[in-house]
Amino acid sequence: MVNFEINFNGLKLKNPILTASGTFGYGYEFEDFVNLNDLGGFIVKGTTRHHREGNPYPRMAETPSGMLNAVGLQNKGVEYFCKNIYPKIKNYKTNVIVNVSGSIVDDYVETAEMINELDNIHAIELNISCPNIKEGGMAFGTSCSSAAQVVKEVRKVYKKHLMVKLSPNVTDIVSIAKSVEAEGADSLSLVNTFLGMAIDIKTRKPKLSTITGGLSGPAIKPIAVRMVWQVSKAVHIPVCGLGGIMNYEDVIEFMLAGASCVQIGTANFINPDITMKIIHDLKVFCNQNNIKDINELIGALNC
Amino acid sequence: MKKFIHDFEVLYNLRLNNQYFLLKLFNEEPLPPILPAQFVQVKIEDSPQTFLRRPISIHDVNYEKNTISLLIRIAGKGTAKLSEIKAGEKLNLVYPLGNSFTMPLDDSILLVGGGCGVAPLLYTAKYFMQFGFNPTLLLGYRDKNSILRKERFEKYGNVFYTTDDGSYGEKGTVLEHSIFNSEHFPYKNIYACGPTVMLKNLTIKAKELNVPLEVSLENLMACGIGACLCCVQNTTGGHKCVCVDGPVLKANEIIW
Repeated sequence: MVNFEINFNGLKLKNPILTASGTFGYGYEFEDFVNLNDLGGFIVKGTTRHHREGNPYPRMAETPSGMLNAVGLQNKGVEYFCKNIYPKIKNYKTNVIVNVSGSIVDDYVETAEMINELDNIHAIELNISCPNIKEGGMAFGTSCSSAAQVVKEVRKVYKKHLMVKLSPNVTDIVSIAKSVEAEGADSLSLVNTFLGMAIDIKTRKPKLSTITGGLSGPAIKPIAVRMVWQVSKAVHIPVCGLGGIMNYEDVIEFMLAGASCVQIGTANFINPDITMKIIHDLKVFCNQNNIKDINELIGALNC
Repeated sequence: MKKFIHDFEVLYNLRLNNQYFLLKLFNEEPLPPILPAQFVQVKIEDSPQTFLRRPISIHDVNYEKNTISLLIRIAGKGTAKLSEIKAGEKLNLVYPLGNSFTMPLDDSILLVGGGCGVAPLLYTAKYFMQFGFNPTLLLGYRDKNSILRKERFEKYGNVFYTTDDGSYGEKGTVLEHSIFNSEHFPYKNIYACGPTVMLKNLTIKAKELNVPLEVSLENLMACGIGACLCCVQNTTGGHKCVCVDGPVLKANEIIW
């Protein structure tokens, strides 16, 4: 038997496979395809203090080996989440993590405070890296001081596992990671989407209503792996890796680079049952390669 | 409704003209109940130029033979690649997705289709016919040679045509058909699928006639199951996902 359990700085994961915020709804959308209890965890859609309608259509453009999105954190706000969505997801036997986003520090703090009261939410993922909202979002995650400030304030009110999702749209992701670690983050997740753009050459118009959007999918994977490698070497808290993972081989690559667990994102759109296949394939790989404990892979890069 | 992900076998790929092809797909598993205007998400293999699945409306269903038919327009790289699939090959579908046209209360239904928007109306007419209705179809094409599956459509309802050049049926777009000019417009429900401009103008027409109109939309989509929130349509009730709140929306709530 291979040990698949991971202790992610106090958060017990039954395996290293989680799903990425914004690609997995609230989990139940995938119930026909996935046994949610078999996941290491799932991270629900970005939740903000107040209702957000998100950006106008078109919000998505397919690109080579990836896609751009500009959804803009459409959600009904944290109060609606606590009242209407939490009851539907609280009984899953896995880690249910809420992605918390905002435009101002107070919004992050108030949202985190409300989520803190929900017994069966085991962690939050603080989203200081959304490229698709006008104020806040990524702006917090692109300077060390603002990233530190929002983490510091949220840390005061949020008592459980605090994961911070980093933006790759920075000159030095390592320095941001260290600032966030210094303010008491329990773990990091990286990377969010890369700021990108696509143009319709016939109309000469941008393909997204917001002109720019976030690039995800296998197109970004090598950059994400590099960033996970750089950050995981530089910090003492564990890293959750994401960016274009499509199969079990990609998972192993991220883990070798230093990720303790991973998130599957855009791949859920193409194969809604992909997480189940990846978990199965990982087990087969470990058995075939005489890996007794999945933890052996974390940071086991030969170089 | 429970959704499935299955490999279907291509029974045939019939090229209808330079733009359209018809796929007949077979599954060993019995088909789940499928409603009019529902769609499938088709995975396109070995297509390095594309990445996402393609949402395609269900054109016909045969429960006895476990087959689904898709009538597809070659619109871009994904559908062009799909048009090359051969009998015997597998096609992976996520299905059945979306809501459906509302079951009418009154037997005087007009189904309006333009271009590839005619695709879901065959199964819609067939479905309603099974419930004892006699739908009328108004189908708009560019010219006589563009008319798709004529005999098949005519099996399930009374069909009127318009062509842009007047080579078949009445000349002009569906909006210009004399059906709309008759003093007593005889239909109590209109269901439509087609280009945005057609649906938009039909919304105005339906309002004038004081007849409820439902439209099936085809916004750009990623997941097809309500997770990514990419395919939204702005409505009086806020952004709605075309994949789960649609593809059918009430025309009077759409903000075009």
